[in-house]
Amino acid sequence: MPQRIYLDHAATGPVDPRVFEAMRPWLSERFGNAAAVHRRGQEARAALEAARAQVAALIGAGDPADLIFTSGGTEANQLALVGLSRPGGAVVTSAVEHASVLEAARALASLGRVHRQLPVTSLALVPKEAVDEAGVGPGDLVSVMLVQNEVGSIEPVRAIADAAHRRGALVHTDAVQAAGSWPVDVAELGVDALSLSAHKFGGPQGVGALWIRPGAPFAPLFAGGAHERGRRPGTVPVALAVGMGEAARLARIELPERAFRLSRLRDRLLREVRSRVRGVELNGPEPPERSPGNLNLSFEGIAAGILLVRLDLEGVEASAGAACASGSTDVSHVLRAMGLPPGRAQSALRFTVGTTTRPRDIDEAARRIRRAVAGIREGRGVAREA
Amino acid sequence: MRRERVVCAMSGGVDSSVAAALLVAAGYEVVGITLEIWPARSPEAMAHHNGCCGLGAVEDARRVAERLGIAHYTLNMREAFQRAVIDPFRAEYHAGRTPNPCVNCNRFVKFDTLLAAAGDLGASILATGHYARIDDRDGRWRLRRAVDPRKDQSYVLYGIDPRVLGRLRFPVGELTKDAVRARARALGLLTADKPDSQEICFVPGDYRRIVGEAPPARFCDLAGRDLGPAPPITHFTVGQRRGIGLAGARPYYVVAIRPGRIVLGGREDLEVRRFELDDLSWIEPVPEDRDLEVMVRAHGTGVPARVELTPTGARVWARSPLSAVTPGQAAVFYDGDAVVGGGRIVAVPVRGGCGSEVAPSRSGRTGSPGD
Repeated sequence: MPQRIYLDHAATGPVDPRVFEAMRPWLSERFGNAAAVHRRGQEARAALEAARAQVAALIGAGDPADLIFTSGGTEANQLALVGLSRPGGAVVTSAVEHASVLEAARALASLGRVHRQLPVTSLALVPKEAVDEAGVGPGDLVSVMLVQNEVGSIEPVRAIADAAHRRGALVHTDAVQAAGSWPVDVAELGVDALSLSAHKFGGPQGVGALWIRPGAPFAPLFAGGAHERGRRPGTVPVALAVGMGEAARLARIELPERAFRLSRLRDRLLREVRSRVRGVELNGPEPPERSPGNLNLSFEGIAAGILLVRLDLEGVEASAGAACASGSTDVSHVLRAMGLPPGRAQSALRFTVGTTTRPRDIDEAARRIRRAVAGIREGRGVAREA
Repeated sequence: MRRERVVCAMSGGVDSSVAAALLVAAGYEVVGITLEIWPARSPEAMAHHNGCCGLGAVEDARRVAERLGIAHYTLNMREAFQRAVIDPFRAEYHAGRTPNPCVNCNRFVKFDTLLAAAGDLGASILATGHYARIDDRDGRWRLRRAVDPRKDQSYVLYGIDPRVLGRLRFPVGELTKDAVRARARALGLLTADKPDSQEICFVPGDYRRIVGEAPPARFCDLAGRDLGPAPPITHFTVGQRRGIGLAGARPYYVVAIRPGRIVLGGREDLEVRRFELDDLSWIEPVPEDRDLEVMVRAHGTGVPARVELTPTGARVWARSPLSAVTPGQAAVFYDGDAVVGGGRIVAVPVRGGCGSEVAPSRSGRTGSPGD
């Protein structure tokens, strides 16, 4: 059985072995509740706070105390939208946000808050003037992601934040797809809140973080304890937080070389696929104006769902749209918002490389993609003649 | 050497589970596919009923595939299903007919769209858990009744394009239902003792929710006498006794459904020997001037009949009376145990009553009334 090639790193990736080692003691002999009084608890708390500092350092947050650990990116986004929006204020998102932002915004809308969407260009970019045109005002919350998860566009978060602030609104950014492969700095971005997820940059699944600018008016979502200064009650999973901290430390140190390496791999895959397969179109911005690890390609005349399965049978693991839905392949809201023709949107697959992807994986993946696409196209030709 | 790849449609029930298991045992590379046919968050998709389409069914199919060590995927066929099954289902009820959605699903979704998908996945063969047999004795592909007469599903398969029979397999068609269950138990499949689905697979509960509202109708008898207000025609089917709520000397049966009118009569008024078909589909050469057997519902036995082709379809002359021949259902012809073909029952002559006959609409993929 030939080796399977994993090109779905935007969905999740392997835990970095160094991260795994850092977590190990906190899952076994050093277990402890970080809220406990005894020494074991104090040790856990110290580890938790060290991890918090590491994550804070990754995003240039001055005070680690402004960072809340969460169960992941979805919860961080949910907390941000519910905790920072206000009754009477609008929730303004881009049309290409992750479902965890859009659905939270819709849930708020169903409770009577106004949800407005900022349109995007054909490259999934929010136009800089969109905030002004949307009539954002004081008390509103604007949420625009830093790196688009499906097509890898880099949103002009700084410009959006400045425009929103001029109009008295708060700004949140979902940086889940950025951390680890794109610079993330809360001061440079000028935002009031920012979401992260550990497993997108070499950390474990099940942990994320929300940074909130000190002084931002935040109302917690849950009641139930003083953990995380009352902003997110519940026992903090120390081992997961330690893993996130270590992953953040490594990501900060290694960012330039990772970004460089990923973009080389990505470019190589794009080149190889384009040279072997006809009828391929790139969705989203041309590199380098794009998240280093992300490719989104349409294959003329082939439904994404069927190609995804055929590729899996050939040993290439990719995704159609975002992976979060239950394996379903309805046309993604992102490609729709970009205004892609239906045929092109329905045939779009996402390939995302990661730190464990090797150049020879790319070449083999391109061969298998060619084989799958040709197999489908030739099979149909034969079927027609039969 | 690479094993031959087969796609097996897995509904989450015992039959398709065993079909997949038999193919695995025969040495194929089996890829299990479950169709998604409802919008992801609709009540139908969330329902954990015994039909073939909800989330629960997907989970069951996935667990069986895991147990068998085969790949399993869901494929979104909502559009094809809506167009080929649900829209005509609704339209037929509003036109006063009682559709058999399985016929269209098999014809246009499973053995067309899904078959094409199997080809796209590099599979030469598509298998399902249907109870029917396919063979190519004397060099021609034939569709035959299943070994188990109680479970035979060849009736709902008559619409298959004969050119694709060679690419289909019905592994459980060679077995009795008891043998299928025994096999499933022996394999430790969780679906072994799942009850057979009785209802329409995509309708958990009341079909009228799918069909939608229609204006109230009126009852009348065969003499043309008005018998008072009636629920909408979509609530009735020919041969129905329940839901009439009228006291007569003898029990009333629905003998005809016409625009805004439900014609009632006695049991004997349901018997006919002649009726009309449209939307014909033949697996074997068109059988004029041959004695065949005709079946007008999924279960029971056939009746000797002759078929006469007409400009719009065919006329069936049964040699003995058939009861409750229902417009919208299929009439399927058999030569021995081989399916010859069939069509949709569109007109059953009923003399008397009130209202005008339902004009047969063209059926097929869109099935919209009046097109």
